[in-house]
Amino acid sequence: MRYLPNSPVERAAMLEATGHKSIEELFAQIPAALKHQGNLNLPGPLSEPEILEYFRQAASQSSRDFVSFLGAGAYSHYRPVAIDALLSRGEFFTAYTPYQAEIAQGTLQAMFEFQTLITQLTGMDVSNASLYDGSTATTEAVLMAMRITSRDRVLLAHTLHPEYRQVLQTYIQHQGVELHQIPYEKSGQLDLAQLEASLKTPTAAVVIQSPNFFGIIERAKEVAAIVHKSGALLIVTIPEPLSLGIVRPPVDADIVCGEAQSFGVSVAFGGPYVGFLAAKEQFIRQMPGRLIGQTHDTEGRRGFVLTLATREQHIRREKATSNICTNQSLCALAVTIYLSLLGKKGLKALAEQNLAKASYAARELGAFPGAELPFTAPRFNEFVVKTPGDAEELLIALREEKIIGGLNLQHFYPELKNHLLVCVTETISKSAIDRMAEVYAQHAARSKGLAQNGEAVGAIHGSPSKPR
Amino acid sequence: MGDEIFMYPPELLYTKDHEWIRVDETTGMIGITDHAQKELGDIVFVELPKAGEHVAAKESFGTVESVKAVSEIYSPVTGEVIAANPKLQNNPELINADPHGEAWLIKVHLADRAETESLMTSDEYEAYLQEEKAH
Amino acid sequence: MENRIRTARPHVNRNEDLIFEQTSPGKSGVELPPLDVPPASPEKLLSAESYRADIEGFPEVSETEVIRHFTRLSTWNYGVDTGLYPLGSCTMKYNPRINEVVARLEGLATDHPYTPPVLAQGCLAVLAETARCLAEITGMDAVSLQPSAGAQGELTGILMIRACLADRGNPRRVILIPDSAHGTNPASVTISGYEVKNLKSNSRGCVDMDELDRAMTEDVAGLMLTNPNTLGVFEEQIQEIARRVHSKGGLVYMDGANMNALVGVARPADFGVDVMHLNLHKTFTTPHGGGGPGSGPVAVKQYLEPYLPTPTVGQSSDGKYYLDFNRPKSIGRVRAFYGNFGMAVRALAYIQANGAAGLRQTTLDAVLNANYVRSRLQDVYDLPYDAPSMHECVFSDRRQVARGVRTGDVAKRLIDYGFHPYTTSFPLIVSGALMIEPTESAGKAELDAFIDAMRSIALEVEEDPQFVLRAPYTTRVTRLDETAAARKPVLRWKPQQS
Repeated sequence: MRYLPNSPVERAAMLEATGHKSIEELFAQIPAALKHQGNLNLPGPLSEPEILEYFRQAASQSSRDFVSFLGAGAYSHYRPVAIDALLSRGEFFTAYTPYQAEIAQGTLQAMFEFQTLITQLTGMDVSNASLYDGSTATTEAVLMAMRITSRDRVLLAHTLHPEYRQVLQTYIQHQGVELHQIPYEKSGQLDLAQLEASLKTPTAAVVIQSPNFFGIIERAKEVAAIVHKSGALLIVTIPEPLSLGIVRPPVDADIVCGEAQSFGVSVAFGGPYVGFLAAKEQFIRQMPGRLIGQTHDTEGRRGFVLTLATREQHIRREKATSNICTNQSLCALAVTIYLSLLGKKGLKALAEQNLAKASYAARELGAFPGAELPFTAPRFNEFVVKTPGDAEELLIALREEKIIGGLNLQHFYPELKNHLLVCVTETISKSAIDRMAEVYAQHAARSKGLAQNGEAVGAIHGSPSKPR
Repeated sequence: MGDEIFMYPPELLYTKDHEWIRVDETTGMIGITDHAQKELGDIVFVELPKAGEHVAAKESFGTVESVKAVSEIYSPVTGEVIAANPKLQNNPELINADPHGEAWLIKVHLADRAETESLMTSDEYEAYLQEEKAH
Repeated sequence: MENRIRTARPHVNRNEDLIFEQTSPGKSGVELPPLDVPPASPEKLLSAESYRADIEGFPEVSETEVIRHFTRLSTWNYGVDTGLYPLGSCTMKYNPRINEVVARLEGLATDHPYTPPVLAQGCLAVLAETARCLAEITGMDAVSLQPSAGAQGELTGILMIRACLADRGNPRRVILIPDSAHGTNPASVTISGYEVKNLKSNSRGCVDMDELDRAMTEDVAGLMLTNPNTLGVFEEQIQEIARRVHSKGGLVYMDGANMNALVGVARPADFGVDVMHLNLHKTFTTPHGGGGPGSGPVAVKQYLEPYLPTPTVGQSSDGKYYLDFNRPKSIGRVRAFYGNFGMAVRALAYIQANGAAGLRQTTLDAVLNANYVRSRLQDVYDLPYDAPSMHECVFSDRRQVARGVRTGDVAKRLIDYGFHPYTTSFPLIVSGALMIEPTESAGKAELDAFIDAMRSIALEVEEDPQFVLRAPYTTRVTRLDETAAARKPVLRWKPQQS
């Protein structure tokens, strides 16, 4: 087996040194009845070409030839090749958690830079060295707010990512926490009147997402004023932090968290991703996750170490701020490299391109008879469009053109029938947007025709049945 | 790693969890002992209750942190907190420097002065430490 | 003393500033393709108060500087690629390069999680096949790849135990955890709303059967244990332990961190384990990455399958894969989307490369290596428990403490010999522990060099303890002031700092 560095001769020599006659003796403490007989039903052993062949096959059964307008918490942005060139250095990706600081200054300094970048982007004072993803970061932010305020009631915007809400629900289900939802108003933003009314009861935290699940930018400053008046904390979660290139960060929030996958981490069918959590200075000791601090060595040289470890599970055990052990170090490194490459100018330019592409698409798609852009408030690179005619059929028609047209919102928001969430990043060409618009045009014409005839005519594209 | 015998101030009373208390008729001043601060190492942070809060005998009222460890602090007495030592917020290292004096943790109104009768004198505490070391 | 060091030499390299200290206005490391749609004005489209004009302090450097900066940083790290990395219970084994290639294939690295399943059959197949292999290896009936890491796997498992017992009529209040357990165990239990009750280990470092009998009541939902335990010792009484827990209506959770001692040799399902998690970043070679990402799938017996996180991956009779969201008894989601898919790809590639025979040989080598190290160090370092070691061995620093030197100090001196330290001071039940897990990825020559280094240090401790106490001498920075870092935390760079 090509990964094993010992030959039979070497094994024999080592075995002899242990004083055992056979390797079986080393497993004597496992009762015979528990030793597995027979062979495990597993693939392999495969050579490299065979492994490649298997995965190439799998990769071919994918949407890689399609143009995708999917966003909703995972964003397809271009990844500069320098990222993988650097990540592939064995000293980075095969290293462990930097507990032995003297031989881990590479990881530690990079993570310190990551923490700094996150604070610069979010306008907060301190950031941790990353969490698993945006959904768990948001959950950790809520748990943190509950510890700080000693309250157990939490308000969530209805426009917070549905899966983020589900994760929070899973984590708090046995902790006696009260969760309430605040609806959105016609603009697509949080209903401030409802928020104010709901805050009459003492609350630990209010969680909003910005841009929210519909792509709408929330009024963080106004929300903060209302929230703080009631003694609660404001948590703003940001699954698309590229928006922070041109959108003012929510400096009035107490905790800003979210998902940094947009910054150089592959979409990879859902993971691994990289959550971030940043907060105001006074909440440092309640922060979950790893923290890297600056210090000096015995010669006065600057160096970095894991710090404030007493918050964490390996010391506090059952009283820890969280059970989290790992951070997403390699993904956080990718983020650090990506943001260093883009820099001030690049991030702004990229954000502006995203804004332009999405604006163009929204204008084009919303123009068709029967189509509508229901939410009027400012957006970034995602928008909601009410489709001309049946959304599911439109999506199927788009698929014929090798286009994945967006996310059908009905599954998460039953009140939004025939609404699609469409994301347009810099990776999507004008011609692809125009092709999509053409299909919208055909679909709009057909639906108009159907509406006029009032019956289900055999469509040009596929059958009337709706697959899931 | 010198093994000096530390002379514990005789005017204080001591607990098995290594806290000390200085009492007068109605109030008590509480801290942790030299033994405790040595065990913990360099103190980096202290978490203490605020004035007006209550502490109960033998129950935890806060924590003392070093780089690698956290210790609960148990109150020798029941009472209402008058004040927490403001110096410790920014200078927790005082606990290492002067654990029985400047680095008192909290001052409390004693609910029941009789509770102090079961505490150890400095002699008893020193003997207790010797016993502990032997095991 | 210099002549004792054979492998390590001081490394001359630069003092690398932070990226923010190297910036100069106007530079960028990326150039974008021209915009092919009409430009949009952010000042117009966003409200005045929403528009951000500048990101203060953000770096401005060229691609060349980024490459140099991070390349230099990497040279200050020690990785598995560099040499032996004997951290206990971390399983720092070789990270196969083919894993990195297949994980980056277009179609696998680029599919969006909300891609309609009919177009994502490749990704779904990989998830399904990885789950199947892990079930086969553990002997369990169903696997979820959703948990992002071991700690999340634990949380998922305990939540499932709770849901199952609640379904049976009483979720109960307590989980038992041996005092040798990893810190994530009690932390995960608390989040699930259970109370932790610690179980004292016996003189062999294993579960004390009398303590178990005293503690195991009908108020206890389950026992959470690691097997082999954190001393690297197999719980010989595991079947009886499971029987006693089950007889009182409780369930057994196994922390699979030490599976590197069992793969292909024994299956936890056969011990009586009801639910367990695996660490793909330990046993299954997905890279540690400097501290993550990991992956902590859970594997369960059939009766716990309904409680697995939603969705699971199913396969219909026509062979097509689908996502099953119709799971009324599920504990819910522990994260958005489906888990760390990229890690499943890597783990599957590792399993395929080995096959059943290769995985078994891997386990045999891991156990042999640990025992070889133990047999060649046990005359100079104290063995607190004489129970046989499996894939890791644990010493204590008792002999060295007599000279004023602790496990952490020996570890720092080991760095000068060119090795990453072993795990210090864990498990807590050993005073001054040295936990060594060489893994199968260490050849005899590497192990001999490590053994020589450890023996040399033991001699140094006898002859000149002060010398050991001030180590390391050959690293870029010497011991760092952790106290200062904790007292006045500086967690970010600020423009006015130099």
